[in-house]
Amino acid sequence: MKKMILPVALGAAFAATSLSAASAGTLEDVQERGKLRCAVSTGLAGFSYTDENGKWQGFDVDYCRAVAAAVLGDADAVEFSPTTGKTRFTALASGEVDILSRNTTWTFSRDADLKFTFLGVSYYDGQGFMVKKSLGVASAKELDGATVCIQTGTTTELNLSDYFTAEGMSYEPLSIETNTEGRANYLADACDVYTTDASGLAASRATFENADDHIVLPEIISKEPLGPLVRHGDDQWADIGRWVLNALKIAEEKGITAANADDMAANSKDPEVLRLLGASGEMGASVGLGNDFALVAIKSVGNYGEVFERHLGTQTKVNLARGLNAMWTEGGLQYAPPFR
Amino acid sequence: MSTSTVPADNSFQLSQLWRDARYRSYSIQIIALIVALSVVMMLIGNAVENLEALGKDFNFGFLYEPAGYDIGQVLVDYTSASGHWKAALVGLLNTLLVAFLACLTATIIGVFVGVLRLSNNWVVSRLMAVYIEGVRNVPLLLQILAWYAVFIHVFPTPKQAVKAPVIEGAVYATNRGFYIPGLTFDGGYQIVVAVLLASIAGIFVFRRWARQRQEATGQILPVGYITLGILIVPSVLAYFAAGMPIGLDYPVAGRFNLKGGLKVGTPLIALWFALSIYSAAFVAEIVRAGIMAISKGQTEAAYALGLRPKRTMSLVVLPQSLRIIIPPMISNYLNITKNSSLAIAVGYMDLTGTLGGITLNQTGREMECMLLLMATYLLISLSISAVMNVYNESVKLKGR
Repeated sequence: MKKMILPVALGAAFAATSLSAASAGTLEDVQERGKLRCAVSTGLAGFSYTDENGKWQGFDVDYCRAVAAAVLGDADAVEFSPTTGKTRFTALASGEVDILSRNTTWTFSRDADLKFTFLGVSYYDGQGFMVKKSLGVASAKELDGATVCIQTGTTTELNLSDYFTAEGMSYEPLSIETNTEGRANYLADACDVYTTDASGLAASRATFENADDHIVLPEIISKEPLGPLVRHGDDQWADIGRWVLNALKIAEEKGITAANADDMAANSKDPEVLRLLGASGEMGASVGLGNDFALVAIKSVGNYGEVFERHLGTQTKVNLARGLNAMWTEGGLQYAPPFR
Repeated sequence: MSTSTVPADNSFQLSQLWRDARYRSYSIQIIALIVALSVVMMLIGNAVENLEALGKDFNFGFLYEPAGYDIGQVLVDYTSASGHWKAALVGLLNTLLVAFLACLTATIIGVFVGVLRLSNNWVVSRLMAVYIEGVRNVPLLLQILAWYAVFIHVFPTPKQAVKAPVIEGAVYATNRGFYIPGLTFDGGYQIVVAVLLASIAGIFVFRRWARQRQEATGQILPVGYITLGILIVPSVLAYFAAGMPIGLDYPVAGRFNLKGGLKVGTPLIALWFALSIYSAAFVAEIVRAGIMAISKGQTEAAYALGLRPKRTMSLVVLPQSLRIIIPPMISNYLNITKNSSLAIAVGYMDLTGTLGGITLNQTGREMECMLLLMATYLLISLSISAVMNVYNESVKLKGR
């Protein structure tokens, strides 16, 4: 046995050195690999879920596809990693994924302490409460003493504690790991209240058998600007992610859709549209991409409004109104900086 | 007459380190040590470098920042304004609580099952075999989830439970946990507690004396009843003498949940249940092995002396098999403790759930949290091992 020590130790030493190989820029890594690695949630109706063919679908998923289209020219060149509220940051920080698109709230500490760069707000949300109608509760202020189901490792957990403290009420937390478990516990009456982002509540409620037996209380207790994020330290990669998101929003503002994008690129009179679609200027090159990166992204998933309506809109089961997420021109908060 | 002209060669050559059998083993071990240390250094250097590349430092200051989250089951005072270290402490105590409870019940169930599996009754022994084989071949995580599902679906909601209590006004079984009356302490309760502690000490003294007496005279005292008497009578007298300072706090129906009393949450119960049932199967096999290792002649000799099967088991067979049973039991207890980290699956906030879960996630200090977590589990495991080894020494076959 003694003889084995040396070769084993040497083997371990080699393994350790190969691990420490430095990584180049994320863009080069992605292009070399030919695949974008994108972290999404383990399953939330409308945002990210697998359809009956096993294909990932949803609002957060389409953003990944848009980035893949812009960077690799192929919206399907994405490897999706399902992550929980607990595992998502580790997955991103360790370099397991290139981008995190998983209804994650933009907060100071995540920006500063966790060393992530948020790319913008893809969805303006706020934390709400869902209860069964039979409880006869009409307001969150009546929830003193209730048992609350909550996903661990999320900002919801902290907001909940702040809200009940501020209102001078008490509650019993039942901390669970995924949205699925949360719903199961809530439906089994293991808790009175289910709390998460209002969009998440609507998404969960959409999957219930008797959706009408449940109500979402009027109180929204927090601001939850959700958006994609990347690691600190690669500004080029952050710019790409940020401007793909902005491009989708500008496209809606300018009336560019998946269907008419080619036509607009050829015939539009609007200089900003021409710049965005790569028909004039050299904008793409400055982030290391082709000039038509936004055109390809828009052609593959559609503009912001199209993505929203396809997965979350009033025609879907999730049934969310645009609300705060309408374009600024329509009275909402979605506002992309100019493309120039 | 001839004298040796060759002086003893004391000069040491470098090649001897490798060629000379006296030194070779040392050389190899030192080289291995250096290599192993450099691997460790390389890993640490790698981690530090990567943390630096991410712009993160390595410090434990976050432990003193407010945790900001609430915990369902707490054994010490804790609010969301307490520091992360307090949350970790709550988790640690929860881990120890469930590990202790599970070790205790797994041992009790396991010993019964192990003994019954050797029963001459065909049905009983087969039933136990089915239980053991069934339970220990299904992953523990599934069992925890299954028991949890059973508990939250079978038991009524708090509102229904109030209408159908286990004991009217005092004990309620709900799908959120079991509620029992809690204790309230008024002035003077210290006297009662002191008397209780004194009677417990008295019991040890009495039992020792009773055993010595039995060894000396062969007379057997009704130890069980007397023990019970010593435990209860003085405390009850002191309780009334001090003016009934200890009262009961009954759970009452609230708007959503029962309020007051003592609540044992469903996550704890489900985890405890699952851990006990699962680990008991292993304990049973250990006990069976221990018993089967004792020569059949021992049992026959005991029967020949007129001892009944139950007494034979408890006085002759089990004490001897203990020295075979204890060592594998130590690792079983360690397994129970480590397996309790699956608690998060049912929302029981143990150490893995608080320090290794929420704290890690809210602060983003993966490295620090994981190191602390591993160090703590290591410490718990080594402590259990140390205590059990002391016990093992005491029951080992003594060579005289």
